[in-house]
Amino acid sequence: MMLLQIATQAHPLSGTIAEWVWLLPVLPFLGFLINGGISLVSATHVGPADPDMGHGMVHHDSDAHEVSAAEDHGAVGDDHHAVKPHQYAGLVSIIGPLVLGLSFVLAFMIFSEMRSVSMTTPFIQRYFSWMPVGKLQIDAAIQLDQLSMLMVLVITGVGTLIHIFSVGYMKEDPGYPRYFAYLNLFVFFMLVLVLGANYPVLFVGWEGVGLCSYLLIGFWFSEKANADAGKKAFIVNRIGDFGFLIAMFLLFANVGVLDFAGVGAAAHGMAFGGSLVTAICLFMFLGCAGKSAQIPLYIWLPDAMAGPTPVSALIHAATMVTAGVYLVARSSFLFSIAPVASLVVALIGGLTALFAATIGLKQWDIKKILAYSTVSQLGYMFIGVGVGAYSAGVFHLVTHAFFKALLFLGSGSVIYAMHAAYHHTGNHEDAQDMRNMGGLKKFMPITWGLMWAATLAIAGIPPLSGFFSKDSILSATFERAGHSTLANASLFGISGSFWLYLIYLFGLTAAFLTAVYMTRMMLYTFHGPNRTGEKEQSHLAEAPWVMTGPLVVLGILSVFGGLLNLPEWFHVGRVGMLDSWLDPVVGDAGRRVVTAPSAVSEQVSGGNELVLILIAVVVALAGISIAFSRLKPQKLLPAAQSPEEEGFERVLEHKYYVDEAYDAAIVNPTYQISKNVLWRGIDAGLIDGLLVNGSSALMRGFGWMGSKLQSGAVGTYAWVLVVGVLAVLGAVTLR
Amino acid sequence: MLAESLALSAVLFTIGVIGVLTRRNAIIIFMCVELMLNAVNLTFVAFSRYYGAAGQVFVVFVMTVAAAEAAVGLAIIISIFRHRQSVDLQNINLLKG
Repeated sequence: MMLLQIATQAHPLSGTIAEWVWLLPVLPFLGFLINGGISLVSATHVGPADPDMGHGMVHHDSDAHEVSAAEDHGAVGDDHHAVKPHQYAGLVSIIGPLVLGLSFVLAFMIFSEMRSVSMTTPFIQRYFSWMPVGKLQIDAAIQLDQLSMLMVLVITGVGTLIHIFSVGYMKEDPGYPRYFAYLNLFVFFMLVLVLGANYPVLFVGWEGVGLCSYLLIGFWFSEKANADAGKKAFIVNRIGDFGFLIAMFLLFANVGVLDFAGVGAAAHGMAFGGSLVTAICLFMFLGCAGKSAQIPLYIWLPDAMAGPTPVSALIHAATMVTAGVYLVARSSFLFSIAPVASLVVALIGGLTALFAATIGLKQWDIKKILAYSTVSQLGYMFIGVGVGAYSAGVFHLVTHAFFKALLFLGSGSVIYAMHAAYHHTGNHEDAQDMRNMGGLKKFMPITWGLMWAATLAIAGIPPLSGFFSKDSILSATFERAGHSTLANASLFGISGSFWLYLIYLFGLTAAFLTAVYMTRMMLYTFHGPNRTGEKEQSHLAEAPWVMTGPLVVLGILSVFGGLLNLPEWFHVGRVGMLDSWLDPVVGDAGRRVVTAPSAVSEQVSGGNELVLILIAVVVALAGISIAFSRLKPQKLLPAAQSPEEEGFERVLEHKYYVDEAYDAAIVNPTYQISKNVLWRGIDAGLIDGLLVNGSSALMRGFGWMGSKLQSGAVGTYAWVLVVGVLAVLGAVTLR
Repeated sequence: MLAESLALSAVLFTIGVIGVLTRRNAIIIFMCVELMLNAVNLTFVAFSRYYGAAGQVFVVFVMTVAAAEAAVGLAIIISIFRHRQSVDLQNINLLKG
C-alpha cells in the first residue's frame, strides 16, 4: 500500500488537470439527474397535455407495421395529431449536449496533458474502498491510461455529436427529457466502464450501459415489439454477463486481486497457455460476445434497431457494442498468454464478420443493413484483438465509431425526411424500407455525399479511414498465420496457422461482401427513380443543420481518421501514432504473441504487405463494381408491391432463420419446460400442491381428528380422564 | 387399623369412579362424585391419626368445597332438566367440537 501511494504521488500526471478525471463521468450524470428530474416533474401533470397520453395516441395505428418498422413514429408522429414539443424541450436541448461537450473538452485537456508527459504506468485514482470483504479488497478507483483516454475521447466526442443530432431528431417527441436523461446516463456508465481501474468497477459500467441500452431500445415502449426488442437485448446480454462473472470469480479464486494492475502483474506468473488462463479468457470472451453481438449471441443487435436512430448510432454502433473489444484489449495481458482462447476469439470474430455480412446482403430495412454491418465490423475488431494485434483492433474500433455513427445518423436523416413526407400526406408506408426510397440524392445531397464517404470508408477504399484499420487487421492476421504463438497453438487438433489463414480468408470475403451490401444500400436509397410516391416527393428535404452539422464533422473524421495510425509502408505523415500511443498498455502483450519461440518463417516483408493491401483494395473495388453492375434500382418496386424472394435469397432475407432456430431450440423448449414442468409440475404441483396445500391438508386432518375427540359427551371425557390418571399413576408407580 | 381404613376408602373410591363412568343419570353421577370425595376424606382422617391434625383440616376444606359444589352442581342439573326435561348425560353434548 505504501509503495503504491508513493508510486501514485510520483506519477507524472499527479497534480495536473488529470486529477479532475472523476469529473468526466460525473458531468453526464448531472445531466441525467437534471433531465430525469424534468422528465419526472412534467410527467406528473396529468391532463390533456400529458405527454404519455399523447404518446399513446401517436402510436395507435402501429399494427399495420412490421416489427422493425414500428419504430421512430414518436420522432415525427405518423398521424395527424399535432405533435408539439415538450414544454421543457428548450432547457433539455441545452443541458443534454452541453454536459457531454464539457466532458469532451475536459477529456481533451487531460489528453493534451498526457501527451506532454511521458507515462508508462497508468494513472490510478482511488476514491474509497468499495468492497472490503476479507481477502477481497475492491476500491472505487479510476484508471487513466492511453487506452481508456482514447475510449473516453471517442465516447465523449462522438457522443457529443450524436447528442446534438438528437436535438433535431427527437425534438417533437413527447418523451424528449426522458430520452436525454437515458442518453446522459448511458454516457455516464460508458465512461465508468472505460475508466474503471478493476474488473468490478468495469462491470458496473458494463451492466449500466446494458440497462440504458434496454431503456433506449424500448424507448417507445407503448408498442410491444419495441419493448420485446429491449427485453431480448437484456436477456441475451445476461448470458454473456454470466460468462464475465465466472471469469471474475476464477480470477479472484486463483489470483486474489481484481484490479488491472494486479492481474497484469499476476499474469506473468501464470503458465503460458495453461487451462486456468484459457478458461478465464474464454469465459470473459463469452461476456464480450454478448455485449459486442458476436456469434452465437449477436441476435439482439438487429432487433435493437427498434430504438431511436441516434441511439443506434451511439450505443449500438459506436460505443457500447465495442465494450467487448475494449475488454479484450484491456485484458491483453491474459489473452496474450492464452493462444487457444485468442484463436477462438479471432475465429468467432471471423465467422461473425462473414455471417453477418451475408445477411446484410438481402435486408430491405436501411437500419437492419447497418445493424448487420455493425455485427460484421465488430467481428473484424475481434479478429484484430484475437490475433494479438490489439492496437489494430482498437484502431478499427475508433474508425468504425466514426463511419458507422455517420452511416446511422445519415440513415436517421433519411428516415426523418421520409417520415416528414409520409406525415404530411398521411401515408402509412414503412419509412425505413429502402424499396420505398430511391432517388433521394436530389432531395438530400449533403446526406448523400457524406454517406457515400462513409460507405467507401467501411468498404476499405484508400485513403479513407476504414481502409487503414481494416488493412492493419487483415495484414496482422496474415502475418501471424506464419509466425506467432497463435500459429504454434492448435485448436480442435488443427494447427493455429491453418485457422489464421482461414480467418484471413473470412475477413477478405467479408470485406468483399461489405462493399457489395453497402453499395446496394446506397444505390437503393439514393439512386434510381424515387419510389416514395408522387405526393410525398414534394415534402422530401434535407434535415435541419442541427442534424447535418454533426454529419459533416463525422464525415471529416471518417475520411481522415486513417491518419491516426498510418502503416509503415505509407511514407507520408507520421507513422503508427496510435500504435505508439497504445504501446504502454498493449505493446508487451502484442509482442508476446508475435515472438514465438520456435517459429522459423520470416516476417511479412514490405513488398509482401503491399501485395496484401492490393488484394484487399481489389476485393473492395470488385464488390462495389459488382453491386453497381448487378443491382438495378430502376427495376425495384415499392415494398407493398414487391414479390417474395426465392431460394437462398429468401434464406438470407430471413437471416438464415437463426431467430426461428433459437426459438425452436432454446426459447420454446425453455418456455414449455418452464410452463409445464417448472410451473405446472414443480411450482403448482410439488410446491403449491404437495408442500403448501399438502401441509395445510395434513394439519386439517389432525384438526379433524382432534375435533372428533371433542364429542361433548361428558362420559367419554370422564373415561379419558380416568384412563389418563391411571396411566400416569401406573407409570409413576411401576417406574 | 390404617390398612383397613385405606382399603375401605379405596373400595369406596373405586365404586364412585365406576359409578361416574358407567351411569348416565346426572344425579347418580353426582352422588358418586360425593362418594369419591368422602372416600378421600376417610383417607385423610385415617392418615391424620398417624401424621398429625393437618389431615383433619383438609377434611374440613373438602367438605366445604363439596357443599359448595353440591349447591352449584344441583343448580346446574336443575337448570338442565328445565331445558331438556332430562338429566341423561348422553343427551347433553352441546360442547361437541
